[in-house]
Amino acid sequence: MNAVWPHLPAWQVVIPLLGAALVAFLRHSGAAFAVALAVSWLMPLIAGAMLWQVLATGPISYHLGSWPPPWGIEYRVDVLSGFVLVLVSAVGAVVMPFARRSVAFEVEDGQQAWFYCMYLLCLTGLLGIVITGDAFNAFVFLEVSSLSTYVLVALGRDRRALLAAFQYLILGTIGATFYIIGVGLLYLLTGSLNMVDIAARLGPEWADHSRAIVAALAFITVGVSLKLALFPLHAWLPNAYAYAPSWVTVFLSATATKVAIYLLVRYYFSIFGVAIEFRDLPETEIILVLSVAAMFVASLIAVFQTDLKRMLAYSSVAQIGYITLGIGLANQAGLTGGLVHIVNHALMKAALFLAVGAIFFRVRSVRLPDLAGIGRRMPVTMTAFTIGCLGLVGTPGTSGFISKWYLALGAFDKGWWVLVFLIVGSSLIALVYVGRVLEVVWLREPSAAIADASDPPLSMLLPLVVLAAATIYFGFDTGWTAGIADIAARDLLGGLR
Amino acid sequence: MNYDLVLRVGTKLILPFILLFALYVQFHGDYGPGGGFQAGAIAAGMVILLAVTCGLDLAHRIAPQSVVQRMVPLGVLVYAGTGVAGILMGKNYLDYSPFSHNSAQGHELGILVVEAGVLITVAGTMTSLFYAFVERGR
Amino acid sequence: MPTLADFIEHYHYAITIFLMMTGLYIVVARGNMVKKLVGLSIFQTSVYLLYVEPAKIIGGTAPIIDPAFTVYSNPLPHVLMLTAIVVGVATIALGLALVVRINEAYGTIEEDEIFDMDRDT
Repeated sequence: MNAVWPHLPAWQVVIPLLGAALVAFLRHSGAAFAVALAVSWLMPLIAGAMLWQVLATGPISYHLGSWPPPWGIEYRVDVLSGFVLVLVSAVGAVVMPFARRSVAFEVEDGQQAWFYCMYLLCLTGLLGIVITGDAFNAFVFLEVSSLSTYVLVALGRDRRALLAAFQYLILGTIGATFYIIGVGLLYLLTGSLNMVDIAARLGPEWADHSRAIVAALAFITVGVSLKLALFPLHAWLPNAYAYAPSWVTVFLSATATKVAIYLLVRYYFSIFGVAIEFRDLPETEIILVLSVAAMFVASLIAVFQTDLKRMLAYSSVAQIGYITLGIGLANQAGLTGGLVHIVNHALMKAALFLAVGAIFFRVRSVRLPDLAGIGRRMPVTMTAFTIGCLGLVGTPGTSGFISKWYLALGAFDKGWWVLVFLIVGSSLIALVYVGRVLEVVWLREPSAAIADASDPPLSMLLPLVVLAAATIYFGFDTGWTAGIADIAARDLLGGLR
Repeated sequence: MNYDLVLRVGTKLILPFILLFALYVQFHGDYGPGGGFQAGAIAAGMVILLAVTCGLDLAHRIAPQSVVQRMVPLGVLVYAGTGVAGILMGKNYLDYSPFSHNSAQGHELGILVVEAGVLITVAGTMTSLFYAFVERGR
Repeated sequence: MPTLADFIEHYHYAITIFLMMTGLYIVVARGNMVKKLVGLSIFQTSVYLLYVEPAKIIGGTAPIIDPAFTVYSNPLPHVLMLTAIVVGVATIALGLALVVRINEAYGTIEEDEIFDMDRDT
């Protein structure tokens, strides 16, 4: 036990890394899937154990190479990072069984082992970003996850996948470079890269808003916002989601943008929030305006899409708007709403994209006109899809309602009535784009083209059902989601000046 | 294909010295500029030089593609494995002090193994990148 | 008020910013994918300068402790940039690999021509 329990933070990152190396060494698609599945199922156990430990005894700090921080790299798990770690690893574990058939169907035989290798590297990077307490280390993990993501996107069969991957590479790299410029400015100011140490060193003596701090804040905000697809910086997202292999879209939509949001929250509330009166800066207002713009503009664009994957991609941009809205509100209820929506949106979007992947597996098309009446041919899949859609709208009884409730509460606490109406208004637009799809899939007569379509095999159906069930379950029992998000938000806001 | 005789003979003469220089850079990394990264790049440079002057087939014979591609994960396994060895010997990940009775010596040994991993990965990556781009046009 | 003397004293920041803007401009303004990657590379290079310049102390030597020297340069930013260079190389290599594949699939690496081709299909 001694080699396991105290070293959980290291294992969390090292196991997927070793798995990726092993897969690349073996280069056999069956073995690759077995390794990826084993690693994916192990990860939530580790993350869960750490979150449990954090909730019981407070933050875990792990010193790589036994070098004490701020000199060495510190892995630091607090409530927020434990929460996101559990989310990322749990989503990976639940959707992994879906990959076997979906990937065999969509990715060329010779590339399947590389696919799993890249997935494991991506998982390494994402978990690493969340767990590390070192600003530069976070950059390295950010690039590990991004580079593997570009490859995963490029593995799509359509040649436009290559173009989408290239565009993502350009914008993603610009984002990451902005991020290290920001970190560089912070390092020049403080001489430290450890996040806790930076916050401590910035301290009150910088209260006069040093221009360099504000510049660092701006660079990091823009860089991370590119990665998380905040509204005007979302250009890469729709193409990347639409042309990537289905399973990649599922995994990315549920984890990659969420981890970038985590990084933004970490910088805002644990570093800058401690150092400067950042509520005084226009930063939060800008985030609020962009979030509202995302909620409306992206939803409106989604209404006019005929490609189901692309529609859901735009809907993702809109939903990310809700999460950043919570960050912009920066009060207890608002931030809780934003954090809980990270989980709720991840679960329902994963369910939706899984359903789309299942449709593609059976029908070879995800264009709306081809899917008339598909609900009668694939009833279980489309029921899960419908539940996910209701979650997107925020219907009471689904987890989407919980997040929007908290967000509205946060806006209400600030006395911003208009924002409450805007949240409701954007949900109505979501109802329009969702309703359009539901009308086609349930109410139209099935066409001859989909006559022999049926629900996919159990390995694909089960993850879908689990995620749809989770969307409903977390609409009633919020102890695991909103409860922990509440503690995390209290932690974050407690440190603010 | 016909390759220039002078270049061919010249390349073959300096190849062992390039490899030796790579190893010098590798092991000199303790007390001077150098280390696995530079050494790996130099070693890969040797293969690339051979491929350019004597043809890809010869390069494939001394550094087969399957081997080169497996070197990439192998180096990562060596590096990460060293860290795991630290855990198994009762210390933190990447803590090299338990490798020897004396902490400083343990660190020297640990970094030597890690640098060997870096050498393997970098040499493998550079060479397979070169192969990948060259193969495309054929 | 910043004066000209301040500016000249901090000329290395001006170089960094110039490179940064050059790189970013090339990425945005050029439709040729290889040129875009060149711009990206310049953009990343400016960051190496941003880190390394303040770390180098004039008259300072490499940080290997020796009784003959008292002033050392800060090694950490150099090491960080070594990592960033590796990441940059990986990014450019992957980008070029994608460009090769795109050229095979479309027969061109000009972005506007590719957009036109996709619009037709």
